[in-house]
Amino acid sequence: MLKVKSRTFILSIFIIAVVVSVGSVWINAARSAEKEPIKVGILHSLSGTMSISEVAVKDGELLAIEEINARGGVLGRKIAPIIEDGASDWPTFAEKAKKLIMKDKVAVVFGCWTSASRKAVLPVFEKYDHLLFYPVQYEGLEASKNIIYTGATANQQIMPGVTWLLKNGHKKFYLLGSDYVFPRTCNLIVKAQLKAEGGTLVGEEYTPLGHTEYSTVISKIKAAKPDVVFNSLNGDSNVAFFKQLRSAGITAKDIPTMSVSIAEDEIRGIGAENMLDHLAVWNYFMNMETPENKKFVAAYKARYGKDRVTDDPIEANYFGVYLWAKAVEKAGTPDPLKVRAAVRGLKFKAPEGEVTVDPTNNHVWKIVQVGKVKPDGQFDIIWSSGKPVAPDPFPSLVSNKIVLEPGKIVDRKK
Amino acid sequence: MGIETLLSQIFNGLSLSSVLLLVGLGLSITFGIMGVINFAHGEFLMVGAYVVYVLQGLFNKFYGHGAAGLSFLISLPLSFFVAALLGFLLEKVLIRFLYGRPYEGILATWGCSLILQQAARNIFGANNVDVTSPKWLAGGVEAMPGLQLPYNRLFILALTTLCVVGIYLYLYRTAQGRRMRAVMQNRDMSACLGIRTRKVDTFTFALGSGLAGIAGCAVSLLGSIGPSTGQNYIIDAFMVVVLGGTGRLAGTIAGALVMGVLNPVFELISTSSMGKVILFILVILFLQGKPQGLFSLKTRALD
Repeated sequence: MLKVKSRTFILSIFIIAVVVSVGSVWINAARSAEKEPIKVGILHSLSGTMSISEVAVKDGELLAIEEINARGGVLGRKIAPIIEDGASDWPTFAEKAKKLIMKDKVAVVFGCWTSASRKAVLPVFEKYDHLLFYPVQYEGLEASKNIIYTGATANQQIMPGVTWLLKNGHKKFYLLGSDYVFPRTCNLIVKAQLKAEGGTLVGEEYTPLGHTEYSTVISKIKAAKPDVVFNSLNGDSNVAFFKQLRSAGITAKDIPTMSVSIAEDEIRGIGAENMLDHLAVWNYFMNMETPENKKFVAAYKARYGKDRVTDDPIEANYFGVYLWAKAVEKAGTPDPLKVRAAVRGLKFKAPEGEVTVDPTNNHVWKIVQVGKVKPDGQFDIIWSSGKPVAPDPFPSLVSNKIVLEPGKIVDRKK
Repeated sequence: MGIETLLSQIFNGLSLSSVLLLVGLGLSITFGIMGVINFAHGEFLMVGAYVVYVLQGLFNKFYGHGAAGLSFLISLPLSFFVAALLGFLLEKVLIRFLYGRPYEGILATWGCSLILQQAARNIFGANNVDVTSPKWLAGGVEAMPGLQLPYNRLFILALTTLCVVGIYLYLYRTAQGRRMRAVMQNRDMSACLGIRTRKVDTFTFALGSGLAGIAGCAVSLLGSIGPSTGQNYIIDAFMVVVLGGTGRLAGTIAGALVMGVLNPVFELISTSSMGKVILFILVILFLQGKPQGLFSLKTRALD
């Protein structure tokens, strides 16, 4: 008797379970056929040493996604970001990129900061023929069909910066950088440019990443008497360098520096008083006067706090998300291959002004500006290229290659 | 090379020595006395640096921006106590289970270091934070034309001297210090004679951590304050302690002086990266011949 009763009980539970699960699957299927969100991947270092820069870029990308969702999404579908942590570790970046593409089946990935992490994920994106939006200025010499480079390449930041310095009477250069691929490649270009445009090199120094002791380097700089220090230090070292430069009694009036890796976000950690009147060259500054930028800055502050600042890489993938959404609308599908074709030649009114994706090399046309640090940690924009500069990822000064179309790079004809 | 370059190199050497010594001092105490290889030492330094930042924020809020000098002075003892308290807790919950197991100790303290770094990231954000140096530490003495001795470096020299003298007096002039030295020389015999070695261990670890906190205040004048601040100093600190020989104050001082004076010299004749390589090669060669370091402690323990 007891046995039969319990059997009926189990059976009835089972039937109820089946009915409920089948029902919910059916309802879900019906709902998803209507408006399934488009999944996009976000891949940045949220922990480890690079999170200092990448967290803010992630925030910018999420802001753009929220704004697009608020006005109804793309193709009537919402964008659902899937966030992964690259943990400042290059193999982890490759692994997470694979996970986003294969397991989550995202339509696009926005991510990376260092060239090392981009080089690590590049084979993954090429293998699965997928799409990455990369937001940071870099050394150039790359044009993959699977990457849209929304940051500057060498001829849109480093080279105009050097030319501007030479034109303004800074002839003797001292090159200071962190000891890895970006600063060394960057200075290769600078040295070729000095030779071509009539400057002189009075010193060159590389310090290990995380170096904290700059007294000897400062002594060397003082002895070399340069007109300008061209600074490609990265990370914490910048704080040590500028604090110690100032306490050695050297101001921007004595020896100005021009930095290529210090933006508004980094100045908060260095202290504006330590960097007063020093120079930086970027495509975007927070206090640009365009209406798009005023809206962007206000939205960013409203979302993340009024003490937060925007800067060049944050802006680059903020408009990167918009460019992607516009390409999806144009292609009529989030399919990465079709979006990739649609994004070429696309224009967008970004906070920095109008940007255009170059159809031959997947880089973006951007304006170039030189800024001078003010006491409030913002930049006084003292020079602008006025109109967007065409990207040239393989400058003829250092490379004999030429890009025919994204992914197709051949030797220049002699 | 002009005379002012030479003089400034000598000063740079002494100044770097003082920073290295201050950072290595606490490590030398925990490593030397307890044999614990503490990879979280750099994070105690980071905690000290953040104490400066937090206190300055509070002072700015309540007393306006003119109080940076006072808040920095107060943060010196405060960061010592905060870091010491953290060290005390860490010893109580983790380190004391790992005595005599150096390899597990390395892993466990390294794990702690990662946890503390990420905690700092979650509390203060991933960015570096800025501390305004006190007015009285801005600028420097113009020793001769072209040679300025920055006040903040002079201050760190003085602070280091003060800490070393303090530790010396403590170790050699107080009953507590005597017990510490006894445990260092022969743990079992000290226990037999009635010294509560566990208590000495806890106290030693807290003292070493507290010294890292003071070092954190000092380096906040020269470098960044952020989650990875400790990582930038920890390798050099270990170098100083290993080169100097564990367990001897004089050894740590000698190690810091050798590293601090030679590093700028090599840097001057080659480059920053190569200078460090040359220095580390020399240290390795030296340790091949004399593995105990510059000064070794003659213990009566059989090990």
